[in-house]
Amino acid sequence: MSAGVELDHVTVRFGQFTAVEDATLDIKGGEFFSFLGPSGCGKTTILRTVSGFLDPSQGRVRIGGQDMTGIGPNKRPTALIFQNLALFPLMTVADNITYGLRVRGMPKAERMKRAGELLDLIALPDQGNKLVSELSGGQKQRVAIARALAVQPKVLLLDEPLSALDLKLRQHMRTELRAIQQQVGITFIYITHDQGEALTMSDRIAVMSDGVIQQVSDGKNVYDHPDTPFVASFVGENNPFAGKVTQADSSFAVVETAHGALRGRNPKGLKAGDKAILFVRPESFVLGEGAPDATIHAETISSAFEGNATHVFLKGATKKEITVTVGRHGGAKIPSQGERAAIHYAPEMGIVLPEGKMARE
Amino acid sequence: MSSRFVVFLIPIVVIAIFWVMAKSEKKLAHDPTHKSFFERNGTVLGVSFILLVAFWTLFLVVLPYLYMVVESFHPKLPFNQRGGEKDVLTLEQYKSFFVTPTDGSWNVNHMGAFVFTIITSVAVTALNFAICYPLAYYMAQAGTAQKVRLIMLALIVPYWVNEILRAFSLRLLLASKGLINQALMGMGLTEKPLDFMAMDVGLYVGLSYAYLLVMIFPLYNAIESLDKNQIEAARDLGAPWWKIHRDVVIPYAKPGIASGCTMVFMLAAGSLAAPQFLGGPSTLWFTSIVYDFFFQAFNWPRGAAYAFILLAACIAFVMLMLRLFKVSLGETIK
Repeated sequence: MSAGVELDHVTVRFGQFTAVEDATLDIKGGEFFSFLGPSGCGKTTILRTVSGFLDPSQGRVRIGGQDMTGIGPNKRPTALIFQNLALFPLMTVADNITYGLRVRGMPKAERMKRAGELLDLIALPDQGNKLVSELSGGQKQRVAIARALAVQPKVLLLDEPLSALDLKLRQHMRTELRAIQQQVGITFIYITHDQGEALTMSDRIAVMSDGVIQQVSDGKNVYDHPDTPFVASFVGENNPFAGKVTQADSSFAVVETAHGALRGRNPKGLKAGDKAILFVRPESFVLGEGAPDATIHAETISSAFEGNATHVFLKGATKKEITVTVGRHGGAKIPSQGERAAIHYAPEMGIVLPEGKMARE
Repeated sequence: MSSRFVVFLIPIVVIAIFWVMAKSEKKLAHDPTHKSFFERNGTVLGVSFILLVAFWTLFLVVLPYLYMVVESFHPKLPFNQRGGEKDVLTLEQYKSFFVTPTDGSWNVNHMGAFVFTIITSVAVTALNFAICYPLAYYMAQAGTAQKVRLIMLALIVPYWVNEILRAFSLRLLLASKGLINQALMGMGLTEKPLDFMAMDVGLYVGLSYAYLLVMIFPLYNAIESLDKNQIEAARDLGAPWWKIHRDVVIPYAKPGIASGCTMVFMLAAGSLAAPQFLGGPSTLWFTSIVYDFFFQAFNWPRGAAYAFILLAACIAFVMLMLRLFKVSLGETIK
């Protein structure tokens, strides 16, 4: 029932503006695949190209191996869930869900039977006769999913469908979406700017910036082994330290930064003299002195207690402060405001990447 | 008490009603901090508001119509006999629509004109809708802002030309030696010129054109607020274009459609200039008959009665249509 989606050198231009540049991807059948990026990065354009509302300026989209060029959105084996859901306000819940079947000419009795099954799937049994306006936000969400699933698409496309929900419901719907995906077994392509959503639900993630796909990998890899400074700074919190590489070998590099020489992994094979940025995540820092090329001394600006952890903010060399996340179990003494503190990290928790564009704060 | 005297009692009643409304506003409001009408505006301003609104309602809305209603129930009398013993309430003016007063036969002529007027107005409304819906849809959903502005301009500018000039230019186009007939004959499509005027083509075109804007703007307004995603969602679910219109756009725009159709129908049925200039020689429009009673025969009572027959029929027809298409009257004026 599921089908893979291939993007083959897809470029989409609007006049002078290039929204998506040379995207090549192979999304496998049955995969939960997310496009993650800030607004305006081209992820929605990709979704609209796959669903058929936009034609690529160059390149091809293939679904289940079949070239989709010239095939309209009403003829593609995809179903789209809109950001604002776009449920039909004048139809009942059941009529909404079965609209795709109605336009295909399915008889009413059969349609209503199918509506019942789908209402069971989304845990809204016997709500078919209600109007959409009588439902809560989460219920509308599920009706939109059922409406899209009713036409038995091979690929379900989701355009930030959870963004309108409040935090608790959003977290609940994440689990639910993932469960539904595993139950129906079709390909899900999910668009989001929320890294939490992308990391918790997806099999694989494509991180996008300015129309260019930066990295395609599973969530853990994207977090631990970012390919570009953009990915490192966009996915999760990160502390960047810019500078020049002074010595490097195949596994480690030392960067001369405003905080002194600091060491980190060197996955991109940088050489001495290259401009680079070292990234260290807040939770990778530990209070106290460590190895000299993995220790930073800085003045404490403030700290924020957050229950399970405490964030300590230190004065950085640039405007941006250094964030250190201290877990509760260590029992470490949190430095007070104005105090000069030492922090260190394990060199393998630092990553040295070639200089490049970072995510805007 | 003369029935005309009733007319002069009404101002007092209307002012009293407004007064009571202003006074009871505070009691009816559920919000305890709500200030009453006089507290908000002061006594002087409040009283002048009431008097002004009462004047407007009375002298510009209620009284003229009321006078006509009263008139329609009186016989036609020379001025010096008005208010005399012959001036009684009567239904004879309404009866004369159905039965000719002189010989007692059915008044086929007037009833025929009445039916023709209603049917033609319905047809004009339908034609107008068919022309305006695609245009309104394009303007509201499909067109770029620049093109929409251009279309708006093209729609509005022709209405700067006065109605008589527009009607006569259409006549010139449709005349037997007019441009269209010349072109048709030149292309060898017809041998003799077609008599468009006798076929009422001019009437249909003229009336549709005259009320184009009245139809297009309610439609445009209604369709414009439709979320584009709804159209895309229907398309994505597999609906071909005509099903998208049938299931999503038209149901959503129904109040606007009802509003546009109602106005065009009412205006067409009550129009005077276009049918007179563009109707065929044997075309008898009902408002022309009403006009003739007022200004040719000086029979105001009968003219008033005919006008009310038309008004009542139009309102009844519109109400029936609204009921049929399940639109409430309130929705059409949103």
